[in-house]
Amino acid sequence: MDNHHPFKSPQFERQQFRARLFFGTSLMVLLVSILLGRYYYLQVIKYEKFMTRSESNRVLVEPIAPTRGLIYDRNGVLLAQNRISFSLSVVIERADDLGLLLEEISSLITLSDKEKSQFYKQLNRRRRPFESVLLKMDLSEEEQAILAVNQYHLQGSLVTAKLLREYPFGQNFAHALGYVGRINDHEVDTLDPVLYTGTLVLGKTGLEKKYENDLLGRVGYQTVEVNNRGRMMRLLQRESPIDGKDLHLYLDYRLQRQAYRLLEGEKGAIVVIEIDTGGVLAMASAPSFNPNEFVSGISHKSYSELTHSSELPLFDRALRGQYPPGSTVKPVYGLAALDEGVINENYRISDPGYFKLPNSEHKYRDWKKGGHGNNIHLHDAIVQSCDTFFYNLTNLMSIDTFDRYGSAFGFGQKTGIDMPLERKGIMPSRSWKQEARSMRWYTGDTVNVSIGQGYTLTTPIQLAVMTAGIASRGEMRTPQLVQNQQNILPVKRKIEISENHWNYVHQSMEDVVHGAKGTARGISKGLNYKIAGKTGTVQVIKIKQEEKYDAGATAKRNRDHALFVAFAPRENPKIAVAIVIENAGSGSSQAAPVARKIMDAYMNFYPEALGGL
Amino acid sequence: MMTQNDFVRQMRPGNSAFYDTRSQWNRFHCDIPMIVLLLILSTVGLLVLFSASGQNISLVKSQLVRFGIGFIAMIALAQIHPRFFERWAFLPYLGGILLLIMVPLFGIEKNGAQRWLSIGVQFQPSEIIKVSIPLLLASYLAKRSFPPSFKHVFFSLLFIAIPVGLVANQPDLGTAILIAIAGFSVLFLSGLPGRYLIFSSLSLAVVIPMGWLYVLHDYQKQRIITLFDPESDKLGAAWNIIQSTVAIGSGGFNGKGWGHGTQSQLNFLPESSTDFIIAVFAEEFGLFGVLLLVALYFALIARCLLISVRAQSMFGMLFAGSYTVLFFVYIFVNMGMVSGILPVVGVPLPFMSFGGTSVVTLMCGFGILMAISTEKNDMEKKRGG
Repeated sequence: MDNHHPFKSPQFERQQFRARLFFGTSLMVLLVSILLGRYYYLQVIKYEKFMTRSESNRVLVEPIAPTRGLIYDRNGVLLAQNRISFSLSVVIERADDLGLLLEEISSLITLSDKEKSQFYKQLNRRRRPFESVLLKMDLSEEEQAILAVNQYHLQGSLVTAKLLREYPFGQNFAHALGYVGRINDHEVDTLDPVLYTGTLVLGKTGLEKKYENDLLGRVGYQTVEVNNRGRMMRLLQRESPIDGKDLHLYLDYRLQRQAYRLLEGEKGAIVVIEIDTGGVLAMASAPSFNPNEFVSGISHKSYSELTHSSELPLFDRALRGQYPPGSTVKPVYGLAALDEGVINENYRISDPGYFKLPNSEHKYRDWKKGGHGNNIHLHDAIVQSCDTFFYNLTNLMSIDTFDRYGSAFGFGQKTGIDMPLERKGIMPSRSWKQEARSMRWYTGDTVNVSIGQGYTLTTPIQLAVMTAGIASRGEMRTPQLVQNQQNILPVKRKIEISENHWNYVHQSMEDVVHGAKGTARGISKGLNYKIAGKTGTVQVIKIKQEEKYDAGATAKRNRDHALFVAFAPRENPKIAVAIVIENAGSGSSQAAPVARKIMDAYMNFYPEALGGL
Repeated sequence: MMTQNDFVRQMRPGNSAFYDTRSQWNRFHCDIPMIVLLLILSTVGLLVLFSASGQNISLVKSQLVRFGIGFIAMIALAQIHPRFFERWAFLPYLGGILLLIMVPLFGIEKNGAQRWLSIGVQFQPSEIIKVSIPLLLASYLAKRSFPPSFKHVFFSLLFIAIPVGLVANQPDLGTAILIAIAGFSVLFLSGLPGRYLIFSSLSLAVVIPMGWLYVLHDYQKQRIITLFDPESDKLGAAWNIIQSTVAIGSGGFNGKGWGHGTQSQLNFLPESSTDFIIAVFAEEFGLFGVLLLVALYFALIARCLLISVRAQSMFGMLFAGSYTVLFFVYIFVNMGMVSGILPVVGVPLPFMSFGGTSVVTLMCGFGILMAISTEKNDMEKKRGG
């Protein structure tokens, strides 16, 4: 039924209209209450949340990478410095189409696969908004120019200046200083993300790794206000970074260069230690590599060349090369025999050219066929490097005694040098053999140990430390590359041996160089100071009982290692030198002349070492 | 003959009214409370726009010009007798329909929708329809008996459906809904019987899911999904709404101060000078400012309701009432969508949002209201004389 009024009645209409309007108004009031409730919710109840979000929209905290500490040699010459380099990075938020952008960039400059894959890896890591992602480090001037010209259609790309590590002496210091390289995936998980924000590189080897914490410095921050495009509007706050600490080394760049030059074309290591301090004056390993290649990311090709080379250029022979010390240990065991009282200065043997253990027919041969003759005492045994004399000591001293003295001079343990990855070599002992080989000790093993062969392994740095210990009459110091505040490292251990015995052994070592029969007499010509040393020649292949070793007929890689340890000046020792040259031949002909040149260089640079000049 | 009268009555000097100060203004058909409120709101709007546009003074100047045109149009329309509007109400409606038909043919496309026509200046015909729909229906239904018969309801719905369909096709769903609401509000106020209301709510329940499936564009659906789960698409459709709620919320009670809204000044807030301007206002003036603004709006609404209740003619009552509802819906929908309780539809906030057509048409509406409000005095004068 139609319920509308048949007649137009203004009074009724007005009433009905008012009722409806009142209803409508009530609805409006209800709706506006909901609306205001919503604004109250957003602006009062959730105020903190939205204030925080608005602040995080607007405020960007940018890390400011600290400047990596510099590395100086003892003369204040820079060995590791920072140079300005330009790198290309991408701000993802500003790039319209990332794939397209990368395509365009790679059509302009070359991007290696490694750079691309690293870029994508980094892309997947957590980033702040508008934080740039590195694409290519160390742009050449040409690349910079190409990018600058094309900047207008490379929206999102960014060329920034950064400080990049540089090693002016290149391969001369490669092993000692190590190098920095880009932080890789492994490392990123282990590093403190706060300390490394804004820092792209990390010390990977050598001193750069060992002193990473000092060199890195402390990251700074700047808080900036940005707009929706991430553009900085104004600086709100800045906390300056604290630059990394500089390192001052004991190394002398001149001596280091000389040492490296002397090893050129050879495989080997030279370590020079300042006796008074334990500071390392030179530490070279050859062959070497150019550390600068690693800084901005070495190419796959160069890297595989380095890792696959049979010469092992990345291998730090000075700290990690383990060689039988050979005859260079003779002064130590001579001191042991004297100190133990099993022999005295008058003790003599006669040398038929071989040694036999009681109840054994096995001949332990002397290097000199036919022997060194009768009336050989310790002095002669050191000067002429008589093996038989030392073989004979096994009748008088047990392996435990050899072990005790060898260990006292630092064998079989890390020297504690401030470098990563040092190896400790082997000082054979009963317990060592039981553990390592699960075999009991035989006296025959002791015979080999007595001339620094058999199981004995030492690193060049250990030999240098041993030599410094002999030179300083038993003051064993920890070798150190970085100068500490006091500048003189404390004596770690003092080997107490009577002065007479030190004098006797020093005299014997002097005669190795200066004596008429000395194995290194060839280097004494024209010396205006005295060198005390000991040669060592280490067999690489075993020579059968009746065979004769002939250097000329043996393949280079099977030739003997040439060793020489020395200190000088003899009366007031300043430096100790240890030289190992792989497959070079005899220590007297190959290693000793190198030592002479090092010594000469040192005396030339530090004439005061010769005393009162 | 009525038109002739209209012009004559304006020139006829009032005898007793000449010394009445209230009538002084009434002679020029000016509703002082309304004009004062409109001026305050316009001023606030320009100040907010200045901040929201990033201190763009030329933008503010062009908006000021539009307000000027709007005010002149309003005063001019106020001089015309309501009976004139009642009689000729179909004209702006027909004109609006015609323009709406022209939009897909000659219109300008912006943001994937054709809403604009250009005849020297650009304008949106859908804005014209928003005012002409209540005008037409008020005039149509006022002549008929209350409540409207089925036939009248049917024709009314037809009048509504044509522009709604055209606007929805642009596509501009927001405006289409607003036009529909404006039309329905006239029907409702005219005393539409309860069974129609029940029927229409039922049919809405059917139409809404159908519409979701067959009518709505993907982007429109996305906007509705966004409403319920803004975090679902942080950089896409929800970006606007996240940033606007952050802007509003971070304003707190006191606000960040005029020109100090970081969300808007640093461009995090999109559409900050048009549809999303309330976010700028809320960020810079806080809940305190929002309450004041809503109070101002409600004062205006109250004034309009009073005009509606006091209106002499049925047409006056219906138009003033439904126009008030429309004005309210504008505010509610805009503030609701920006604060995230309604889907994002293109509805400007009256007096605040930058945009020419809506300012001018809005003012035209208020001009008609002023004409209605001052009609009463004419009647009194007639009675008195």
